[in-house]
Amino acid sequence: MNPDAVVIAVLVAAALAITLGVALGWAASRIEPDADSLVVRIDALLPQTQCGQCRYPGCRPYAAAIASGAAEIDRCPPGGEVTVRALAALLDRSPRSPDPAFGATKPAQVAWIDEAKCIGCARCLPACPVDAIVGAPRQMHTVITTQCTGCELCLPPCPVDCIELRPAPALSRRQRQPRAA
Amino acid sequence: MAVRSRFPAGLALDAHKQQACGTQIVELPLPAHLVLALDQGTGYSAEPVVAVGEAVATGTLVARTGHPFASAVHAPLAGIVVAIEAREAAVEGGRSVCIVIEGNGSDRIDDSVRPVKDPASLGPEELVRRLRDAGIAGLGGAGFPASTKLASARNLGAHTLVLNGAECEPWICCDDALMRSAASDVVLGALILRRAAGAVRCVIAIEEDKPAAIAAVTGAIDGLRDDAVTLAVVPAVYPQGAERQLITTVAGVEVPSGGLPADAGVICQNVATAAAVARWATRGEPMLSRVVTVTGSGVGHPGNVRAPIGTPLAALIAASGGYRGTPLRLIAGGSMTGRALPSDEVGLTKSMNCVLVATRDDIGSRLGAVELPCIRCGDCANSCPAGLLPQQLLRAALADAHDTLRQLGVHDCIECGLCDYVCPSQIPLADRFREAKRRLQEAEAMTKKAADARERHELRQRRLQEAATIEQETFESVRGRARRPGVDSTGDSN
Repeated sequence: MNPDAVVIAVLVAAALAITLGVALGWAASRIEPDADSLVVRIDALLPQTQCGQCRYPGCRPYAAAIASGAAEIDRCPPGGEVTVRALAALLDRSPRSPDPAFGATKPAQVAWIDEAKCIGCARCLPACPVDAIVGAPRQMHTVITTQCTGCELCLPPCPVDCIELRPAPALSRRQRQPRAA
Repeated sequence: MAVRSRFPAGLALDAHKQQACGTQIVELPLPAHLVLALDQGTGYSAEPVVAVGEAVATGTLVARTGHPFASAVHAPLAGIVVAIEAREAAVEGGRSVCIVIEGNGSDRIDDSVRPVKDPASLGPEELVRRLRDAGIAGLGGAGFPASTKLASARNLGAHTLVLNGAECEPWICCDDALMRSAASDVVLGALILRRAAGAVRCVIAIEEDKPAAIAAVTGAIDGLRDDAVTLAVVPAVYPQGAERQLITTVAGVEVPSGGLPADAGVICQNVATAAAVARWATRGEPMLSRVVTVTGSGVGHPGNVRAPIGTPLAALIAASGGYRGTPLRLIAGGSMTGRALPSDEVGLTKSMNCVLVATRDDIGSRLGAVELPCIRCGDCANSCPAGLLPQQLLRAALADAHDTLRQLGVHDCIECGLCDYVCPSQIPLADRFREAKRRLQEAEAMTKKAADARERHELRQRRLQEAATIEQETFESVRGRARRPGVDSTGDSN
């Protein structure tokens, strides 16, 4: 056997490895992760309440923490069982119950401001993670019900406790169905 | 012209029509009071425009609406509004706000009730608007406002109006009776509807088991001398009268999944709706009454009754010979898709084509039926007129597997109930699918709301970020300006 053949083979393999390595390294640094990256896919399953009960500052950071392995999938009380099951299916983990340490799962709710009691302090406005409260200093405040996620973050800043959570209106109407005459 | 069924499967059912069908339509005398539900069966309510204590005349508008799925309500009886309150009603959920009118013996007719001078001179838009004001709703069972359908049909360029006289559901024969006694009204209404929909052709479809109605309508069409109005005799196969199935049979086209009949160039209206349009045109009468079949083994004299909208069903049944034997269920609609009613105090709605007073003889086989596991016999798939796979759908529905449900086409289920009917394990399949559709819709709405919330949250984060950057820059520049007159930063640090 020609010893040169071994050297050539090793050189070719090494050249190939270096070229591909450089190309992949360049691609990893230059090409943006696509919309299907794991964080986005996890985020899509979270309820977007932005309540912070998972101890992360929003759904997206929690999704990032799950993706990096820093957090378990059972920290989302608004999502409840359904979200945990969906996350488990996505990440190929065994489903588990939501951890009660992070809060109890409640039926869908929305904030409601008792406008007679509201003093117009505007302190609840910056607390709302989805800008669903309309108001201005010394003006009446009100909640845009369709945008409210029911995160309860507006409750602590209110000095007169005029905000309460009420059951969310039904999202769906029964579909009208054609019927046999 | 006889045509064959072109939709998949279906089933010839025991029609039970002989009980009510032999008789003429009876005009019900005006009852003492009426209960007018603001939701006339579509799930959407009109808004009252009268107050308690107000006097109304026959034909006075009592509730109007801007919603495309709700229809305006008029007073069929001159009298006093005695209550506007939530009551039991023949609607989804069993309750609706109702306007209760007590007759005061007056026969005053509202000024708005005037014959339409020349309906042929009105443009399509004007016709649609006036039909909406007249509260003309589809009388076939869904109660969907005719005007909404007509407007969308014109926008989508429908060319054929199919008048549905199939009436495939067991027990019901009000359309049959109407076609026999008022075929000319049906044809006159058809011409107006065709004009309003901007359609060219009109096909009146009647099931082959109604020879008298076929003869009457044939006579009326012959009197027209209009080649574009034809009759189609369709096989008596359930659910021939379901909108999509009838269109497939008559026009030979399939309405696309998730689409409207108008996407296939067709608009479907019930024959009774056409007759109501004719009454509106000739007498100026808004929708004040309808013909309803009162039948079942639990009623004295089954038959067809023309009754004012809002007539308490108790009065309707009393006029049909009262209760007989031991009625078990009061059902609005037929035995396949009908809905059990909470009481006989509810008022007649525009969508109610039949009141079935059922005894054990009529529905006994399904009462107390024990649901057994699915044995995968496939009878449901062989009977489904929408070409779906009910047993696969059932598995997906029980597992709440939304993607699978969508893929299997749960939204194309017309809830005809044939799968329940043939199921040897007595599984209430149609109920399961109805529930599955509701849950699916809810899940979709939640996904959409979450996407909205995500977007708003991200926009807010970006805004806060930008505000923080601007503040930082301002701070930097102010500090920079404060330092410029003095020594440079290296000197400053000393």
